[in-house]
Amino acid sequence: MNDLAREILTAVLVLAAAVMCFAAGVGVIRFPDVLSRLHAATKPQILGLIAVTVDIAVNDFSLGTVTLVAAIVAFQVLTAPMAAHLVARAAYAQGHPRPDLLFVDELAPADRNPPRGDW
Amino acid sequence: MSTPRERLAGAVNQSPLFLGLVALWMLLWGRFGWLELLTGALLAGLVSVIFYLPAVQLSGRLNPWHSARFFLRLLADIVRASVQVAALALSPRYRPGNAILAVGLNTRNDLILTWTAVATSIVPGSIVVDVDRVGSTLYLHVLNVHTAGQADRFRASVLETERRIVLAFGSREDVERIRSGPAGADAAPDNNGGAG
Repeated sequence: MNDLAREILTAVLVLAAAVMCFAAGVGVIRFPDVLSRLHAATKPQILGLIAVTVDIAVNDFSLGTVTLVAAIVAFQVLTAPMAAHLVARAAYAQGHPRPDLLFVDELAPADRNPPRGDW
Repeated sequence: MSTPRERLAGAVNQSPLFLGLVALWMLLWGRFGWLELLTGALLAGLVSVIFYLPAVQLSGRLNPWHSARFFLRLLADIVRASVQVAALALSPRYRPGNAILAVGLNTRNDLILTWTAVATSIVPGSIVVDVDRVGSTLYLHVLNVHTAGQADRFRASVLETERRIVLAFGSREDVERIRSGPAGADAAPDNNGGAG
């Protein structure tokens, strides 16, 4: 019973992770501009990674594994937004490639009137 | 020059970060013995001296109940929003429509601002494009926004995240501001402090 439950949990977690990574790949192709693609490229795979690492922890339940999994997830969660932010900022600074996709751009007025260096 | 008393207070204020580095070192080794503790403390000291950074203003306050609520809610948000973004990517009727929204936060604390920015951008569907530190304003690129109502709902959810973070480990002034502030008033009113 315990083994069966673990098998089912493993199957569910690995499948969920695979679906997330697949959706991320599809999103990178289908979304039209850099910023939307960033969403697909950086976010759903975090849940995928969490699912896979939790699955590893479930199958090898020891202190060393669990702590390493916690460290991996914590670092991924902390660094992925930074990477996304840097790319997004660089992309925006180059000029947003598709203003027609934006419902509203509240950064534009702030960008045009920077608080300092106004000469 | 700082007096020894001030230096001691500074060391106490920074001790959670030091302990965090030691804990991280032990996590990476996966062992929790005296050897790891000793080498971790040595390394943490070395790192804080070599890679010196200006001291972070910690609030010195931590509410375990609200912290647990914040992290559980964050996990739930990640799961829910990951599924939403994945569904959007796979949906045959996907219609592009995004927004860059400015969200003015209530806090004036750098740490809370950073936490809110990271917590918001770890949840799929929003990326921090820029941060105005002086005005405590986050500029977020939000996926799949077509109406003003959706934009307002997203703004409210960011302020709600900030509120949870402040309740979990913000300073007392921030908690007061959240409790009395305009954003705290219209976002999820709870009746804990009510007259009855």
